[in-house]
Amino acid sequence: MSSITPQEIKQEFLRSKIGIVGIIILGILIATSIIAIIAIPVETFQEWNNPGNWILYPKVAIPVWVNIFMTEKIPEHKIIETPTIQTNSEGEVMLLSHKFGVNFDYEFFPNDFIYVFSSEYSESALLQMSVIRPDGIKLELLSTSLPYSNSKTIHSERIFSTDESIKKNLLLQSNIFNFNLEQLSAEDIVFSKRDTNEPLKGNYIFSIDTYSINSEIQVHESKLIIGGKAFGIMGTDELRRDLAVGLLWGTPLALFIGLVVSIASVIAGLLYGIYAGYKGKKTDEMMMRFNDVIYALPALPFLIILSVTISNSIFVLVGFLMIFGWVGIAKVARSMSLQIKTRGYVDAANMMGQKDSKIVLKHILPQLLPYAFASIAISVPAAITTEAGLSFLGLGDPSFPTWGHILHDANTFGAASRGLWWWIMPPGIMIAIAGLAFVFIGSALDAIVNPKLKR
Amino acid sequence: MKRYVATRAATMFGVLMITLLITISLVGSNMDTILKQGIVFQVRSEITENPAIAESFSSVDEFEEFIQGQIDQRIKVLGLDEPWYSPQRIGLTMYKILLLDFGHATFLTSDEGSSDVKDIIFEKLPRTILLFTTATIIISIIGIFLGALSASKVGSVIDRITSSFAIISSSFPVWWIGMLMIFLFAFTYQIFPARATPDIPSSDPGYIGSLLYHMALPLITIVMIGFGSWAYLVRNFMVGIMQEDFIMAKRTIGIKQKKIIYTHALKNAAPPIVTILALSLSGSLGGAIITEAVFDWPGMGRLYFEAITVMDLPVIIGATYILTVFFLVSIFIADLLYGYFDPRVRTGQ
Repeated sequence: MSSITPQEIKQEFLRSKIGIVGIIILGILIATSIIAIIAIPVETFQEWNNPGNWILYPKVAIPVWVNIFMTEKIPEHKIIETPTIQTNSEGEVMLLSHKFGVNFDYEFFPNDFIYVFSSEYSESALLQMSVIRPDGIKLELLSTSLPYSNSKTIHSERIFSTDESIKKNLLLQSNIFNFNLEQLSAEDIVFSKRDTNEPLKGNYIFSIDTYSINSEIQVHESKLIIGGKAFGIMGTDELRRDLAVGLLWGTPLALFIGLVVSIASVIAGLLYGIYAGYKGKKTDEMMMRFNDVIYALPALPFLIILSVTISNSIFVLVGFLMIFGWVGIAKVARSMSLQIKTRGYVDAANMMGQKDSKIVLKHILPQLLPYAFASIAISVPAAITTEAGLSFLGLGDPSFPTWGHILHDANTFGAASRGLWWWIMPPGIMIAIAGLAFVFIGSALDAIVNPKLKR
Repeated sequence: MKRYVATRAATMFGVLMITLLITISLVGSNMDTILKQGIVFQVRSEITENPAIAESFSSVDEFEEFIQGQIDQRIKVLGLDEPWYSPQRIGLTMYKILLLDFGHATFLTSDEGSSDVKDIIFEKLPRTILLFTTATIIISIIGIFLGALSASKVGSVIDRITSSFAIISSSFPVWWIGMLMIFLFAFTYQIFPARATPDIPSSDPGYIGSLLYHMALPLITIVMIGFGSWAYLVRNFMVGIMQEDFIMAKRTIGIKQKKIIYTHALKNAAPPIVTILALSLSGSLGGAIITEAVFDWPGMGRLYFEAITVMDLPVIIGATYILTVFFLVSIFIADLLYGYFDPRVRTGQ
């Protein structure tokens, strides 16, 4: 045990390539966490398990960027929230017209289209939906009256492309198309070429006109959704959840679990081990026997039983992980403290009548700090993977989208057998990257603390 | 040496008892509720099967009283009237468990249909041992050779590849790699079966072949993730030993580098290697829970997982006990081996 000054450690560390790579990865992860916390409001991730929150998203959609590598483009799922708005009033009739432009450029038909709106009116109102296709043909889709009300009312509705009346309206215009429309769904007709039933590329304009008589009409929400099979940077899962949100929020959670568990266990282990080693004799014997007991407990089975019987909250889980984390460090710290306590200055301090706690904290602990930092870095990946493993078994905190939890869902919905690689790969890679960052930093520090391995 | 063995054995036994005590106290209250519900159900079904009993009572109250009396009597016979934490009951439960009497499983059964927890566990245990012991042995052989090879050429390409592979592979969770392997080699390229459970009965002569075929994918995965860190550990021990004076002396006499590594250095690195081998043999049994769940391997790990999902408490207690026993026995053996190889340990200095 040679003592190393902090300056030397810093110099040595900056010389090690692997350590710098680790620091860079860790920096990126921390930046990601900060972005996640700032950019994605906490409410979004609290809504992770609320299906209503994700209803407008597609099911198991592939990430959008896959289209770059595909010759046959997969239709993107589009949520258009910014229509061009026009208002007209002619005498008593007032017209509010929302127009959505859609650039459709894919080899496949969209899954569906949905119009979501909520409008405020009094008495009666009429909603008309039509589409102008790239070839200039205008198709009438729907004409429906909104429920009558004497006073001012807010009406919210979702109009789906599976609506019977849309199909009926399209069948009335069947002379436009040169093939039989009976068996086709609305979106397959609207987006089809005239001569054959193949997708027609180009700009479509969906217009939704709302008429009202004698009253103001206001539209609070107006969205057009063209259902596709590709969405977002990371795609979506079976429950329509945007995986990018889960993956981003998983980063701060994983860092939190990893760092809190490892820092707390290293501190606990150090203090325990140093005290046992410093005191020696009976105290040492007793403390080490207790250490043996914890060491011999099978960790994973116990973690499982604890999380099933007591609580699976993420904070309680952190505590459980700490129970099993400090043991190994305590053993090493004890043997190091056995060596240090024989040094002259510890004896001197003892002679001067300093308190035990002061000797442990002021004279022995600082000597072990380099070792402590190395062990913190090395024990982080284990904490992260153990938590991920528990979540994967479905025993983690269900209210937080951790990486392990995403993989658990992927496994339950048979993602591997269905070939949904974007659901399986990213969470595991994130776990590995987070682990690697700390392993790199740890092994760089380890090489400084144990110079024997360096050569 | 005798004293050393005795203290170690005593500690291990103490640990085993504490583990049992913790397990029982964690699941004890749930267990009582389940047992009592079982008795109520049993009494009621016996009475409905025998309508003569019901007819012999004049009023409903009297009948209910009779049923309650029956239930209370049986609860008393089984000793359930005392809370689970009463010393007699805990003592009795622990004594039974020590003698491998785990009782009957609530939901799970063995393949033959027995609900005796002992039967279930001893049916699953050999399969876990088959998969994980084979994997650990392969891992350690590859690891020792690769580690010795990289230690002999520190800084060479092989050394760097081994070290970086070890670091990278150790940060991937095995079960995730397992999911990927299933995705790649069972569905995308259909080489191996996705479920590791053999689909023919164990009496069939082709059973062993089928078992081995189903074992291939999990085995490859475990070995792939495991050998890197083994090689890295062995390398680090060896590098440490190669700097010792006696190796230097051998080198100056002119003994060949190869001979030094494979006879003198490897022999001196043996104590920690043997210790780690013993620990990883048993550690693999505990870590198997998640891996077996992924591959659907019909061993202890999956049994444990199934027992927890349906809260089959006798199975949970039994499996925890067996896992702990294995773990402790291997720690014990590792300790003894270490003490044998390195006499300094025995005196505890």
